Amino acid sequence: MYDFIFKPFNEMTEEDYKTVGFKSGLEIHQQLLTEKKLFCRCPAGKYSKDYDAEILRHMRPTLSEMGVYDGTALMEFKTKKNIIYHIKRETVCTYEMDDTPPFLINEDALDIAIGIGMLYNCNVVDEIHIARKQYLDGSIPTGFQRTAIYALDGWIPYKDRKVKIVQMSIEEDSCREVSDIGHDRVYLTDRLGMPLIETVTEPAMKTPQEVAEVAWQCSKLVRSTHKVRRGMGAAREDVNVSVEGGTRVEIKGVPQITLIPLLTYNEAMRQWNLLRLREELKKRGITPETFKAESYDITKLLKKVHYAPLKNAADSGMMLSAVVLKGFKDLLHWQTQTDTYFSKEISDRVRVIACLTNIPNIIHSDSKSDSISSADWLKIKKFTNAADNDTMIIVWGSEDDVKTAVNEIIIRAKEATIGIPSETRQAMSDGTNGFERILPGADRMYPDTDLPPKKITSERLDKIKLWLPEQIWKRIEWYNKLSIPKDTIEELSVSKYAKLFKKAVNDWKINPTTAAVLLIQYPKRLIKYGCIIEWLHEGMFEGILKSYADGKIPNDALLTTLRTVAELGAFTEEVIKNPASKKEVDEVIKLAQTECDKMKIINPEKKNEILLGMIMKKLRGRIPAKVIADKIGFSN
Amino acid sequence: MAEINLEDYKGYRGVALNTLQKFKTPIWSDVEILTDEGSFKGLILPRSETADEFHIVLKMPIGYNIGISAEKIKDVKIFGRREAKYKIPEKDFPYDPKKPRVKLLGTGGTIASRLDYRTGAVIPAFSPGELYGSVPELADYCNLETEKLYGEFSENIGPKHWKGVAEAIGKEIEKGVQGIVIGHGTDIMHHTAAALSFMVQNTPVPIVMVGSQRSSDRPSSDAASNLIHAVKTAAESDIAEVMVCMFGPTSDMYGLLHRGTRVRKMHSSYRSTFRTIGDIPIAMVSHEKITPLREDYKRRRDDKEVIINPVFEEKVSIVYYYPNMQPDIIDSLVDNGYKGIVIAGTGLGHVNKPMYPALKRAREKNVAVYMTVQTLWGYVQMYVYDTGRDMMELGVVPAANMLPEVAYVKLGWALGQTNDLEKVKEIMLTPINGEITEREPSNGYLIYQGGLPEVEEFIKQYRK
Repeated sequence: MYDFIFKPFNEMTEEDYKTVGFKSGLEIHQQLLTEKKLFCRCPAGKYSKDYDAEILRHMRPTLSEMGVYDGTALMEFKTKKNIIYHIKRETVCTYEMDDTPPFLINEDALDIAIGIGMLYNCNVVDEIHIARKQYLDGSIPTGFQRTAIYALDGWIPYKDRKVKIVQMSIEEDSCREVSDIGHDRVYLTDRLGMPLIETVTEPAMKTPQEVAEVAWQCSKLVRSTHKVRRGMGAAREDVNVSVEGGTRVEIKGVPQITLIPLLTYNEAMRQWNLLRLREELKKRGITPETFKAESYDITKLLKKVHYAPLKNAADSGMMLSAVVLKGFKDLLHWQTQTDTYFSKEISDRVRVIACLTNIPNIIHSDSKSDSISSADWLKIKKFTNAADNDTMIIVWGSEDDVKTAVNEIIIRAKEATIGIPSETRQAMSDGTNGFERILPGADRMYPDTDLPPKKITSERLDKIKLWLPEQIWKRIEWYNKLSIPKDTIEELSVSKYAKLFKKAVNDWKINPTTAAVLLIQYPKRLIKYGCIIEWLHEGMFEGILKSYADGKIPNDALLTTLRTVAELGAFTEEVIKNPASKKEVDEVIKLAQTECDKMKIINPEKKNEILLGMIMKKLRGRIPAKVIADKIGFSN
Repeated sequence: MAEINLEDYKGYRGVALNTLQKFKTPIWSDVEILTDEGSFKGLILPRSETADEFHIVLKMPIGYNIGISAEKIKDVKIFGRREAKYKIPEKDFPYDPKKPRVKLLGTGGTIASRLDYRTGAVIPAFSPGELYGSVPELADYCNLETEKLYGEFSENIGPKHWKGVAEAIGKEIEKGVQGIVIGHGTDIMHHTAAALSFMVQNTPVPIVMVGSQRSSDRPSSDAASNLIHAVKTAAESDIAEVMVCMFGPTSDMYGLLHRGTRVRKMHSSYRSTFRTIGDIPIAMVSHEKITPLREDYKRRRDDKEVIINPVFEEKVSIVYYYPNMQPDIIDSLVDNGYKGIVIAGTGLGHVNKPMYPALKRAREKNVAVYMTVQTLWGYVQMYVYDTGRDMMELGVVPAANMLPEVAYVKLGWALGQTNDLEKVKEIMLTPINGEITEREPSNGYLIYQGGLPEVEEFIKQYRK
């Protein structure tokens, strides 16, 4: 069954992914556009790297509501990190620092969240219960994230099927990590507490491309509300991947949808290759029952080593240990991802759990060339009684950390005989991924005793429906029927003028393409004229479209009218009633020039400015000043 | 029909209770609930008694809870039953003959805690095995024994408990423990600290009060560190006094040991809420070391010569003066048989003139009246203004720089010993352990004002 070997990314076919049983689902995190944070009154969306103060905390695992410790929680505790928070007065109050209990939930955020849930065809829950989801990595100073499921069981259309939305939750955003070196991890707190929704799809995507396409679909859906944040970090994807016989693995915090295909490909490959590794181990007779590993203190043995990392460690009184994995020869060089090998799985664990963050943090006998001499390897082999078919791994650092590391190396190696550990992994920029932590389970949930349950009334849902746009796929279908140019449909579907478009077409009977082009394409053309199109607003378009419908603007004057309106900063009746004709403009200019020439001007360099003023006095509201300025050669 | 056991439907009432009964689904049932809007799988949880009667709480397999409107429920399929067993992993506290013997007396509070489904709040849990299971570091310092005296929230603690704790301390010292830790809710920890300072005198060993500001059900809790600091102090320090041991800064760095008569909770929720008022703390304590900040503390001794004096007159009150306070406030206390009144006066210790006749009447009825300051820092000084002198004429006794709460506790304790107001006055004004100090050091009053450039610079340099 494991005969299949992964091909390069570009050569993988749909059939290949079927062979390995590729399955993937998304957890999409999207920040909501609110003025304030979710459980306190701090401003949301103000980012800054400088800070006024620092706070130091440690995290300890606690029991879940069901009375057990969570596996991740215990792992994080093993790492014994000092968590340091950088705090800025403007963006953080005593709530985020966990020195004040939460305030009631931000109602605006909840409204937006519910609205998006409705667009996803979800059932909104009757009563939301805020939970504490434990994070012992320190990314939230309380040690947990306040989160609540508010919608369930929705779907979006994709290709000829429906992709199910399992659940949606509203939650507070976490800190931004600044650094994580040794036992110190530093966080910025500005983003902490901002309202966020998480949308979880079922694992229904069968190829890496499908994952990305569904992510785009979801992204467009939320953007169509215009009530979500945009830009770097405002939307982050967690991607769950598994292959046949594998385990669900979560790739966390993918910042861009375009990265998803390569990341999911590499993860599928990693899982597949780990399964193949298990088969190889089985062939060698190594199973969870027969697995054997030994560790040795080799600090004294390697006193005179030359390899710099080990030499430095030995010189500064650190501990050096060797782990012998029985029968593992060459397997640390077993490929897992593109240009990535099983040794990385082990090195990652040592880095994260034992806090040995200086890379390389291990060397091993399957890749001898670039580390210690063969004579040294031989010495270790003798000392540890390692056989020819064993693999030796060396790790170094403070005594406590090395002990943790040795333990983790053995744990991870043994896991290879079982299969694929359930992990949360971080996305790397090269499309591969690295270990972040053990995948947390339901055991890390705990009810938030600081806040009461919140009933969602049907009146509230009705109010939300008033501002909710029509579902994007329904509109796209309609736009297609209206034969709007294809390149315009995409943008119109997420445009904030979609409602106005509908009114223009349905109520004012404007040709759909004309309306769509005015709303979507013309503003882009105005950029060329130096117009700031961000200043355009719905009222301007409404005025133009209505006047057009009433026959007050000819078709070929729409663009110029929009330009005039954009430059005036407002729609006025003047623009429509009596746009200045070229002839009139020329006459006014000529007259003004004559008049101007007669005048005694103290500052001659101001002449053009005065001239422009005189002309615009007569034509204001009927022609953009810039057109006149260009004509008379005035620039400022 | 069989009688319905309400415990099976804990917290539910009205429509929700009827629905659960109709489908015979007690709490902890593993179910699938069918409604018009789809089906939901999960575990039926108990409901908080303060929540409404219209919803049923379901724990979904992913761990989240949701409330389902009871009236939407069409049917319930039951798969089984799975009750949460909330138990802190218990491990025998290891015994090391070389380590000192420390006794932890529990009165309540959130040093260790679990969830209460009726109220949705956190209730305390406590035993050496449980403590070792959750804070194994404790075994590095001592051989720990525990005794749960009470299971009260801080606000429910009163004179009865103070006397009980004082007597328990006496017994432990008699048994030869080398240090005592008292787990206590934080709200009135400083009242209890004051009471124990008076009821337990001449202690040969450290008596350390400890609690937590963030309950131990959260990863960022200060509970474990506070407990470690307190146990270390009890086991190793040479400070034989009643102390409060709580976070110094909000950061997880060190605790402060505050003298039991000079400490006060100063913030409703900060970790670093306990501050020594009008003086400096006795010492700093971290997991590694105890650093004294002063020399004048009472030292640890080998004898067992402690004096336990557990008495308290409950008819004592604090009156917090406010502008336009009416004399009938004092009158009603006197008419209700109060024997002692501590006034927290304005400024140097003042109340308005219309109060005078009431104060005079109190004195005539043999009620002990003491003046403290609501500014908390500083001394009562009743000679500066005529009004102060007038009040002293009326029998109001200035209580120097005793904190109002401490004066209240001490007056109750003094009146528990005698009704002779002269003797009461002698007890009140003779300091037992720092409740009145001869002088206020210049660094005894430091409330830095945020926003000032030099303060901000300081804050940026040192973790708060």
